[in-house]
Amino acid sequence: MSHETPLAPERAASSDATIGTQVHNANVQPAPVIAISGLSKRYDSGFEALKQIDLEIQRGEIFALLGPNGAGKTTLISIICGLVNASGGSVMIDGHDSVTDYRAARAKIGLVPQELTSDAFETVWNTVRFSRGLFGKPPNDAHIERVLKSLSLWDKRKNKLITLSGGMKRRVLIAKALGHEPEILFLDEPTAGVDVELRRDMWEVVRELRNSGVTIILTTHYIEEAEEMADRIGVINGGELVLVREKAALMRQLGSKQLTLHLQTPLASVPPALAHHPLTLAEEGNVLVYTYDASDAGDGDHVSISALINEIEAAGIRFKDLHTKQSSLEDIFVNLVRERQ
Amino acid sequence: MNLQAVRSIYVFEMARAGRTLLQSLISPVISTSLYFVVFGAAIGSRIQEVEGVSYGAFIVPGLIMLMLLTQSVSNASFGIFFPKFTGTIYELLSAPISYFEIVLGYVGAAASKSAILGLVILGTANFFVDLHIQHPFMMMLFLLLTALTFSLLGFIIGIWADSFEKLQLVPLLIITPLTFLGGSFYSIDMLPSFWQAVTLANPVVYLVSGFRWSFYGISDVSVVASLVMIGAFLAVSLAVISWIFRTGYRLRP
Repeated sequence: MSHETPLAPERAASSDATIGTQVHNANVQPAPVIAISGLSKRYDSGFEALKQIDLEIQRGEIFALLGPNGAGKTTLISIICGLVNASGGSVMIDGHDSVTDYRAARAKIGLVPQELTSDAFETVWNTVRFSRGLFGKPPNDAHIERVLKSLSLWDKRKNKLITLSGGMKRRVLIAKALGHEPEILFLDEPTAGVDVELRRDMWEVVRELRNSGVTIILTTHYIEEAEEMADRIGVINGGELVLVREKAALMRQLGSKQLTLHLQTPLASVPPALAHHPLTLAEEGNVLVYTYDASDAGDGDHVSISALINEIEAAGIRFKDLHTKQSSLEDIFVNLVRERQ
Repeated sequence: MNLQAVRSIYVFEMARAGRTLLQSLISPVISTSLYFVVFGAAIGSRIQEVEGVSYGAFIVPGLIMLMLLTQSVSNASFGIFFPKFTGTIYELLSAPISYFEIVLGYVGAAASKSAILGLVILGTANFFVDLHIQHPFMMMLFLLLTALTFSLLGFIIGIWADSFEKLQLVPLLIITPLTFLGGSFYSIDMLPSFWQAVTLANPVVYLVSGFRWSFYGISDVSVVASLVMIGAFLAVSLAVISWIFRTGYRLRP
């Protein structure tokens, strides 16, 4: 994790009053590669997994779908990919309706499921070749070779799937999805249970894919992953899409920043001269923390950093070090979800 | 039509049989040989001819039917149950293929396997008894139609079953008893008249009877009745499968 300590949650989501209105991200852009409108899903049990989802995915972007367990992430992906029937609404894949024109729609999609499923007794090579055929593509061993090599699976191509480790099985699932050259790739929790090194490798693969023009939609529990990879982020909770935003904008808008000063001599309390600033003491008075909103720096009701430091100096407080930290996406996310509950 | 996909499924399923040659081919051949040894040679030599056919030869069509029915059902049910069980069915459901193509691939492969098996058993039988087939074309027609129909039934069972126990349930509790009581090893003329009437409610009787007719020209029921029966079976299976796919039953929630 690049952010070693999460911010206090109640501070991180200080300015999300506009979230509800921003769900329909109506940026004027070329035709979206996926257009979802009014999508809902009610299971036979009565459970409402999705409530009126509207979402557009732009061509060539990496879109991360975040949400707690049971939020509806997998149901949403499953409907788009044809695994689950929707109760209402529609999904257009590059202009093709996912139900009435399913052949054209599904041919464009590669799906890497969350569960590590495999035809245990098949070899890596055969299973990837099978996937390609299933999607109606003529055999192309050179392409499969390229895919296997890019995923470091080439040496394992003759191995039976049952003999592979979890991480390798995950790679095989990705290879199967890439075997038929999809334009859109769904990665449902791609790095769950995968070690750090392998995760980095996969991110690399995903980036290369994006560079080659593939649109990528990933769901993840690892917020670090979304933060690292995504261009845009959608947060889904309780079957509702509560937020869709450019990652950078999201972090700017919802992320609060902290200025931490390591003091030369500990303080018992914040001096009265500085009491009107949101300052707190930590680590037995050795550290002074100033929390501010990164999005309105300079024009809000707080002073600029340099003015604050001047005031601190004037109050006779000396410090030996300082650093600033922006709240991570994880903090933002935890806050969003908590707030909705 | 996504012929590439149908071909992929078909080849994949046939390859599975190739990998498990022992259980797919050798074990049915061995068990059939055992039937010949016990019923044909040991017991059969003490049983008089049935309508001019030696008992050993008389049971050949019934034995092939027995294997054809059980193997078609088990092949096809396992073929679709296994991806459901392992979860790899996601790929099938997300692929640009129609229901018809899925059925064509899986049921086609299962029916091919059991038809091949039927012919292998026929070849095996030739070692034990003197065989001559009066209506080879009709014999092949019955063989293929039965393989197809019961592979469809197996496919339905494979989709319906949500555990290995259920997968075994129908073959064990329904198919095997019906086949044994369906005149595989006897002519229904040998039964008391009351049981003859009851037996006519068993669909397998019509299959065995028609198949035996294609060998020896003797039958318990008319050949037309046999053909109508297998046609009806086929139609019912197809109707159930189309319902399954229309509703997404056990496949697409």
